[in-house]
Amino acid sequence: MKSSVITFPGSNCDRDMHIALKKFGFKNKMVWHADADLPKSDLVVLPGGFSYGDYLRCGSMASKSKIMQSVINFANSGGMVMGICNGFQILVETGLVPGVLLRNKYLEFICKNVFVKINDKKNKYFKNVNNEVLEFHIAHNEGNYFCTNDQLKEIEDNNQIAIYYCDEKGTIEDQFNPNGSIKNIAGIFNKEKNVLGMMPHPERMIDTSLSGEDGSLFFKNLINNLK
Amino acid sequence: MIVNEQVAVNHGLKKDEYAKICELLKRTPNITELGIFSAMWNEHCSYKSSRLHLKKLPTKGKKVIQGPGENAGVIDIEDNDAIVFKIESHNHPSFIEPYQGAATGVGGIMRDVFTMGARPIANLNSIHFGSPQHKKTKNLLRGVVHGIGGYGNCMGVPTIAGQTSFDSSYNGNILVNAMTLGLVKKDKIFYSKAAGLNKPVIYVGSKTGRDGIHGASMASASFDEKIEEKKPTVQVGDPFTEKLLLEACLELMAGDSIIAIQDMGAAGLTSSSIEMASKGNLGIEINLNKVPCRESKMTPYEIMLSESQERMLIVLENGKEEQAKKIFDKWNLDFAVIGKTTKSKKIELYFDEEKVADIPVNTLVENSPMYDRKWKKAKLPKKNKIKKEDIKHLKIIDVLKKILANPNVCSKEWIWQQYDHTVMGDTIQKPGGDAGVVRVHGTDKAVAASVDSSAVYCWAHPLTGGKQVVCESFRNLISVGAKPIAITNCLNFGSPENEENMGEFVECVQGISEASDYLKYPVVSGNVSFYNQTKDQGIKPTPAIGGVGLIKDYKNMITMDFKEVDNLVLVIGKTEGHIDQSLFARSILDEKNGPPPEVNLFNEKNNGETLLKLIDNNLIKSAHDVSLGGIITAVAKMCIKGKKGIKILKPKYLINEIEYLFAEDQGRYILEISKKDFKKVADILNKNAVHFDELGTISENKLYINDKTKVTIDELSTSNKSWLTNYMIK
Repeated sequence: MKSSVITFPGSNCDRDMHIALKKFGFKNKMVWHADADLPKSDLVVLPGGFSYGDYLRCGSMASKSKIMQSVINFANSGGMVMGICNGFQILVETGLVPGVLLRNKYLEFICKNVFVKINDKKNKYFKNVNNEVLEFHIAHNEGNYFCTNDQLKEIEDNNQIAIYYCDEKGTIEDQFNPNGSIKNIAGIFNKEKNVLGMMPHPERMIDTSLSGEDGSLFFKNLINNLK
Repeated sequence: MIVNEQVAVNHGLKKDEYAKICELLKRTPNITELGIFSAMWNEHCSYKSSRLHLKKLPTKGKKVIQGPGENAGVIDIEDNDAIVFKIESHNHPSFIEPYQGAATGVGGIMRDVFTMGARPIANLNSIHFGSPQHKKTKNLLRGVVHGIGGYGNCMGVPTIAGQTSFDSSYNGNILVNAMTLGLVKKDKIFYSKAAGLNKPVIYVGSKTGRDGIHGASMASASFDEKIEEKKPTVQVGDPFTEKLLLEACLELMAGDSIIAIQDMGAAGLTSSSIEMASKGNLGIEINLNKVPCRESKMTPYEIMLSESQERMLIVLENGKEEQAKKIFDKWNLDFAVIGKTTKSKKIELYFDEEKVADIPVNTLVENSPMYDRKWKKAKLPKKNKIKKEDIKHLKIIDVLKKILANPNVCSKEWIWQQYDHTVMGDTIQKPGGDAGVVRVHGTDKAVAASVDSSAVYCWAHPLTGGKQVVCESFRNLISVGAKPIAITNCLNFGSPENEENMGEFVECVQGISEASDYLKYPVVSGNVSFYNQTKDQGIKPTPAIGGVGLIKDYKNMITMDFKEVDNLVLVIGKTEGHIDQSLFARSILDEKNGPPPEVNLFNEKNNGETLLKLIDNNLIKSAHDVSLGGIITAVAKMCIKGKKGIKILKPKYLINEIEYLFAEDQGRYILEISKKDFKKVADILNKNAVHFDELGTISENKLYINDKTKVTIDELSTSNKSWLTNYMIK
């Protein structure tokens, strides 16, 4: 399986993602934001970080990068595109997934482990994951997902919510919502479910010595689903 | 502008210093030259009050590749890997503008590290605030934490450990010390010594603006009521540009075109160009019209003294300019050839085709003032005798809960959750333990680091305090299973012109020297910050020690959380019942006098090294050093982290129970071992003449002092975790 990780100026989880993808069998290429063409890929990842310093709205400058036109075309033709953290913010800015990401409710950066409940398994990202609940890791300042009521209805009707923040048993309640996201949303799909944006970093959960191993579960499953 | 004595004094120079400048130049300096002298001769850059004493610090060792004098220290961690590290203060700017002050402190120290060719792999910090009740404390704390996070998080470097304290002596002068560790190949270290004639001098990074002009002079002055007026001298950080600068520099460093490189930190272009010339025994000629400027009509004076961030000065090999420029173009950074090295041994500056400065380098560096300031030796205070009636009404559990909720002991999760501590995917021990630990990427090795200070002990007796803080650093690294290698120090003191403050400095340095010499734990880098005072009131002396150690196989790392019910808990090191200056004495008895606990260097070394032996033999399940709040506080934290309880035995000690549990005697650790290993452990401890007590056994979820005195771990955890969050949010 071939993957590509895009490096924007200010990306800082690109190396971590590269290592994770390689560890689980992807042949990964790093792609520079100023390139025009995407290498042949089964999966494209927009990594975390602070693209262009996030000095404008997070992700907005990166969404206009040269490479992004190819990424958008790739996504629109059904290609698998995953945006993590800043990558999710970039996806939102391109309009590939609906909604926006606001500053966290308490206006503070949060770095910690969280539990997420998988909402939908009829997609290539979560199909065949045995667990209902995964322990992931978040590290962000703007992960407070928001959309209009109409959008929310559409998202729910299309079953576009990928994961919710919850407790270890899968209970979705306000107290387990780390950043104020509407409906505890931690990640969403586009309508076709080939594009996934999520705040948690599975690439930081791939080793028992690190924060945990549920990221390994995610990647192992992902590569199998793509085969 | 005409330069005279008054203008020099306004620049922070003393009258005799100005006279010396005129004598060295054999003429009156012009305003640009005066600015350069004032920047180079201030306390922050010249170390004029501290140099004499810093010479005492042991700086050499088998593992030391580079000691003080470079951008940062470098130590050998084997297999051609080296760690570059340093700690630096950004106290004055952080008090004036906490967000930018703290952020640029973090940015500055990271630049010091990657200037040497190392990729930063971990950040730490030591931050000290006034009393929680003081009206400024909350906002300063919030601003500093946001600033540290804002910069470090954006750079993508994990913040893995730190220290936060509160004390009213910081009410008018907070401390923000930032430390960075970087990883480099031993044969790819870059230095700041220029070499060769007619080599191009290159400016890279951000453009120069008017921010931070005279920042270093401000950091060398005391605060008064007008301090808010100094806001324009605080630099503004841009972590995004620094991230680009980091990647661009590392890309250039992969080749062989750099002769010397130096970041523009305090005193900007002035100190960076002069340091490179001075180390290389050369001259440097700069055309200031070539310096990329952010604002129009900047004068030579402003260009030379600006402290705009995210800039570097490089001496390149001839003919490599185009190749280097391509890299900086790719990263959208300024790149300008601004001058060349010369044989004149002078700094020669041109602007609009006119020579605007002409100063021999040695007058700025070797001939800079050095003072043997008067200092007062501190007496060892008399011991207090605790009166039985003062303590007999105390309930141990209540006292323990109070201590766990004390601002200086409580959980700092509210702070470190705002720092990205997991980016780079190698953090194997997060903040909240004895030391932060990151793996050396792609190897089995790991590096442990911690930062410590004990201002109360240093204030009570500087010599003992200086020793103690080095020992505490040593213990923190050993507690995670790391072999301590070297330290960096950030010496935060009041005015060197005050005999008592100067005495605190001299004796703390003496204490640090003795301990670091004895423990073979040399000082490889550091920074001095004087004038931490408002009006006449100096802060408590606060040397912060950043320690770095190596774990050969990261799988053998130790954490402090209790692991398994029925395991045995031991205390190693002797408990004599030293209560003076303990948190118990200060916060429960309200007794602020008396000597700090004695430091026995032999015991420190022996206990620490023996514990490392036990760890090497896989006999230790968890470990934690005993510090603030004594044995019971240390044990309670291990319970909270491990979500386990403990049954404490009625120990066979001769001192009062309260003294035993809350005393802050040094050189002690709490260990968890498996029952079956007891004989092996006891043999090793006895063979090495290490005193130990059996403290108890791990139980389900309560801490028992005896059958009647007990408390649930949940309750202790709530005491420990709620203070800071409640303070900040409510």
